[in-house]
Amino acid sequence: MSEFPGATGLVLNEPLLWEKGKVGRRGMSLPRRDVEAAPVDEELIGEVPDLPDLSEVDVVRHYTRLSQWNFGVDSGMYPLGSCTMKYNPKINERLAALTGFAGAHPLLPDRLSQGALRLMAELERFLAEITGMDAVSLQPAAGAQGELTGMLIIFAFHQSKGSPRSKIIVPDTAHGTNPASAALCGFQPVKVASNEQGILSAEAVAALMDEETAGIMVTNPNTLGLFEENIREIAEIVHAKGGKVYCDGANMNAVMGIAHMGKMGVDVLHLNLHKTFSTPHGGGGPGSGPICVTRELEQFLPVPRVVREDGTWELSEEFPQSIGKVHAFYGNFGVMIKAYCYILSMGRDLKRASQLAVLNANYVKARLKDVLHLPYDRPCMHECVFSDKLQRQLKISTIEMAKRLMDYGFHPPTVYFPLVVHGAIMIEPTETESKETLDQFIEAFKAVVKEAAENPDLVRNAPSRCKVRRLDETAAARFPCLAG
Amino acid sequence: MKEIDELELPGDVRYSATHEWARMSGDTVRVGISAYAQDRLGDITFVEIPQVGASFAQGERCGTLESAKALSELFMPVSGEVVAVNSSLEESPELINQEPYAGGWIIDVKPGNPAEWEILMTSDAYRKMLEGLE
Repeated sequence: MSEFPGATGLVLNEPLLWEKGKVGRRGMSLPRRDVEAAPVDEELIGEVPDLPDLSEVDVVRHYTRLSQWNFGVDSGMYPLGSCTMKYNPKINERLAALTGFAGAHPLLPDRLSQGALRLMAELERFLAEITGMDAVSLQPAAGAQGELTGMLIIFAFHQSKGSPRSKIIVPDTAHGTNPASAALCGFQPVKVASNEQGILSAEAVAALMDEETAGIMVTNPNTLGLFEENIREIAEIVHAKGGKVYCDGANMNAVMGIAHMGKMGVDVLHLNLHKTFSTPHGGGGPGSGPICVTRELEQFLPVPRVVREDGTWELSEEFPQSIGKVHAFYGNFGVMIKAYCYILSMGRDLKRASQLAVLNANYVKARLKDVLHLPYDRPCMHECVFSDKLQRQLKISTIEMAKRLMDYGFHPPTVYFPLVVHGAIMIEPTETESKETLDQFIEAFKAVVKEAAENPDLVRNAPSRCKVRRLDETAAARFPCLAG
Repeated sequence: MKEIDELELPGDVRYSATHEWARMSGDTVRVGISAYAQDRLGDITFVEIPQVGASFAQGERCGTLESAKALSELFMPVSGEVVAVNSSLEESPELINQEPYAGGWIIDVKPGNPAEWEILMTSDAYRKMLEGLE
């Protein structure tokens, strides 16, 4: 077996910029004054912001060192389940940085923004084609806002029929944002349990669906990495009672260009461009959570929408049934450019990306199931979920194994989610990892499992090679430090 | 995480299938979560407690516990009205981890039907149930 990527090396300490600054130090020089000195208006005098005085090299070293403490998909495999941490090709960045895009002011008139508007219109069309939906809005800023927008659309639909509804069905495997988005929209989330196979049964949904229920929020594939095989039957049950089917597209990376969401009975779907369509994420954004709908719900999409009049692209507010605006201007345009670039550069291979993502996850599942407990032993989609059940008797739990993996040079998988699996370990390798990298990750995980039995303290005290050791997660949750 | 046989499950309280304990004292029932529940949740970071005066049915959701690992719901082991809440949990939710049956109590309930307490599990029955879960 080849060497693991994790190694020790010289890690440089770095103080806060405020501790580093020294009065009078600077990284720029002003040109000679060529006008007469004039007194400053009294009204402009006040407290100045507390900014440190720094030289250029101070700043460069500061951020270079901080970046060296970090771990990202550019440094190694990042199998964080349900997050699709795929590699983001650098050409996306290059094209998003083109002056014509990056320098475009959002208040430019339509006639001076034809390229940007055309890109948005075409991206909408691509996303509709990839998902099998009819119409798209690119406005929502990220997944959870896409969910909320979808809920607002379903709410508007029922209201337009003169019969507002109060409840929405949410499976127990859903991301926590699903019930939160529904509740924010005024719906009461009603939990439905998944069956012993880890998916929803039509009977369980039928038992809850009534004419007070606005619809269902499903994630397909779900957070166990399993395809909701009963989705069409479930959609029929929901539709028969006048409800709508919302699909959380967080796991779209498994089915790009393969599953036709419209034919599955989905009425509203959100996508995470920053996950599935390859733009950097994980640091808090910016993201983009477009919402895709059927023809019937198109009238409710947020405004402004990109339309074409006499060969000219325009932003139109002329949609009286629209739920309104959900984001300043038109959404996070930079992310849209990267997704557009990714889709065009992948072309037909987009489907193959999904196929490889599924193959990679099944490979990891097959090779680790001898050493880790696999609660749902079925073919998976783009991610697989193990648990710490076999290690629990050794008093080693998921968190310890996750921390130890860091010493081997891998980002840990998602842990303790989904909640239906006790001590869950959720691995999403994505399509971008080679077989060699997957093998190395698998060997690293096996080595951790072996250490759990032979040298448990090593695992309990992990990580030992990182810049910082165990963080006090409880204190971080209870006393968050939100300012410098 | 502890083994089931290492968990402290005192005999002076009764247990619900959702891992709450209930201690009858006089005409009120004190409620908290079991050593098993706090052990599996890990460090509790936030507790959402019902207000004094609120009434709930047996098994009804009456609060939320948040830990670094998970969000978990608190259910009423017996029906009744909340007559007191442990306000120190707001500042010190770790009491639930440190002393689940003493300083980590959550609410006092005036039971609607004291017979409901009788049918909750004894410590032996609860330990048996836990062994079945693992």
